[in-house]
Amino acid sequence: MQGIIKQPSAVPALPDLRNLGTVLRILLGVNGAALVIALAREPRLAAVATEWAALTAFVEPQLFAELAVLWLVQPWLARLDGRSAIGVVTVITCALAIGVDALLPRMAGEARGGLVRDLVFALTAQFVLIAYFRLRARALSPAITEARLQALQARIRPHFLFNSITAVLSLMRSEPRRAEVALEDLADLFRVLMRDNRELAPLADEVELCRQYLELEQLRLGERLVIDWNVKSMPGDALVPPLVLQPLLENAVYHGIEPSTAPGVVSINIFLSRDEVHALLRNPYTANSARHHAGNRMALDNIRERLALHFDAEASLESRVNRDIYEVHIRIPYRTTKTATAGGGTQPAARREASAGQDAAKRREPYLRQRVPAMAQPRVDHA
Amino acid sequence: MPEAPLRILLVDDEAPARHRLRELLDDCAAVLPISIVGEAQHGREALDILHSASADLVLTDIHMPAMDGIELARHLLKLSHPPVVIFTTAFHEHALAAFEVHAVDYLVKPVRVQRLLAALQKVPRLKPMTVEKLTQLPAAARRFLSVTERSRVVLVPIDEVIYLKAELKYITIRTAQREYLLEESLTRLEQEFGARFVRVHRNCLVARDFIRGFERRANDDGDAHWEVLLHGIGETLPVSRRQQYIVREIGREVMNGAAA
Repeated sequence: MQGIIKQPSAVPALPDLRNLGTVLRILLGVNGAALVIALAREPRLAAVATEWAALTAFVEPQLFAELAVLWLVQPWLARLDGRSAIGVVTVITCALAIGVDALLPRMAGEARGGLVRDLVFALTAQFVLIAYFRLRARALSPAITEARLQALQARIRPHFLFNSITAVLSLMRSEPRRAEVALEDLADLFRVLMRDNRELAPLADEVELCRQYLELEQLRLGERLVIDWNVKSMPGDALVPPLVLQPLLENAVYHGIEPSTAPGVVSINIFLSRDEVHALLRNPYTANSARHHAGNRMALDNIRERLALHFDAEASLESRVNRDIYEVHIRIPYRTTKTATAGGGTQPAARREASAGQDAAKRREPYLRQRVPAMAQPRVDHA
Repeated sequence: MPEAPLRILLVDDEAPARHRLRELLDDCAAVLPISIVGEAQHGREALDILHSASADLVLTDIHMPAMDGIELARHLLKLSHPPVVIFTTAFHEHALAAFEVHAVDYLVKPVRVQRLLAALQKVPRLKPMTVEKLTQLPAAARRFLSVTERSRVVLVPIDEVIYLKAELKYITIRTAQREYLLEESLTRLEQEFGARFVRVHRNCLVARDFIRGFERRANDDGDAHWEVLLHGIGETLPVSRRQQYIVREIGREVMNGAAA
């Protein structure tokens, strides 16, 4: 199957240098170290701030320049093996230390500690940070393995499976063709549930899965379930954790539609805004929904955790009740196979890719509607 | 003498599930005379149908909107000739375990025709369930209280009940419109609806939502006691000396509610 990042099994040598979480950690780490040095050098507490300001003024130019350069070369670095990547970073650090040292005194007009001191400080910071990120990755990697387990635990409710089978059986005699499609949908759903879900997958696949799932729910619930799709402008090639939306829709149906005798609307809005993919899911909120709160929170926590594992601080999941509507909002950074691995990724290229993804989604739609049994297999088998 | 057909009512909120049961019952009809008296989408609709028709057997799902299957079974007991109830359920781990323990009849979905037929053949020998058995099943609190009036089951939505007062053998249910007489124990009602009601007196539970405030009244003997003021009706209810602490507790809530 295409369009998937392979999560490396070994711990990566370098963190993702374009991740906001990584950048923040580096900034905090270096400035924190400067504060500790300031505290050590300056016995009078009142003067520590001045000392710290002086230190950071000397640290910051190199720090920002380094972050910018690393951000630029990240796609290229990601393709190197660990040792060479660290070598390249070390060269960059030294070059920048020399460059900043050569330029700054003239600009600031102030005597500085000299090149050797700068180099020692910069390289120490670099290696300590690399060691820290490796430790962190090692701590998280069992968690990534666990994400698969969690994805399985966030699995479909058994009552949905058995009720769906009953619904399929009810079609067998009167509408065998619809029964066939329903069984195929069920098979696809379980194929996804049972596969290795550690890898990110294209959003178009997740949306396709959601369609199949809702198709089955519609079979059970008939006109009680009204579905409002707004995914025309979604970037189909965006990479998302598998089963990031389906469990939420399952909750929407279970808590929002099933407890009521009146028809209810489940709406799905997915769009791209400023390089972030937004997914807004809404369902009716009744007093009875509040009763099942615990089960719902478990699914939310599960997805939130998986988002954090894959995207750190750059993704988020929020839920709120707006009068009689329950709403979940997911925000995921827009990454594609191109931007995530090979990189090269200037924005225009990524946008072109996005529209290509939409085309793929559009091509997929017609046969979904017609439900021609022979073609109803939307994704390439990856067995 | 030809056997009278077994009259069956189907209750499930999912149309395909009812459709499937109908197909299977058709299959059984070759062996056993059957008549289907109706289909309902939830417990309330089932009770409505049974106002005008009668059934020997109710095949009901458990998880349903408006009124679930276990609550339906409890209200059915108020009928003059309660039907036998067999639950059909997709998967309710806890419910199934409880059914086993209390020998409650159930069929798992998807239902097999052989098992359905065996259950139908057993029906004439089965007795309606008892309240004791039903209250031991893991069920959510009922949404209605039911009383029998002129051999009909009348449902009183629990959120319309202002107070429940034990008098001699019966419990008086008071709503804004009228009173009903119920044959149940106040203690058991308190256990089931504890969050909703507060005990103001040995013989009286009052719905928290309907408490408007409290008033100090003088007794004939010169002492004083508290009375509960209620929304919707002019009546007041005495608070017993033992339960006096609730005046403070609820009084604060009422004040906060008014301020907010």
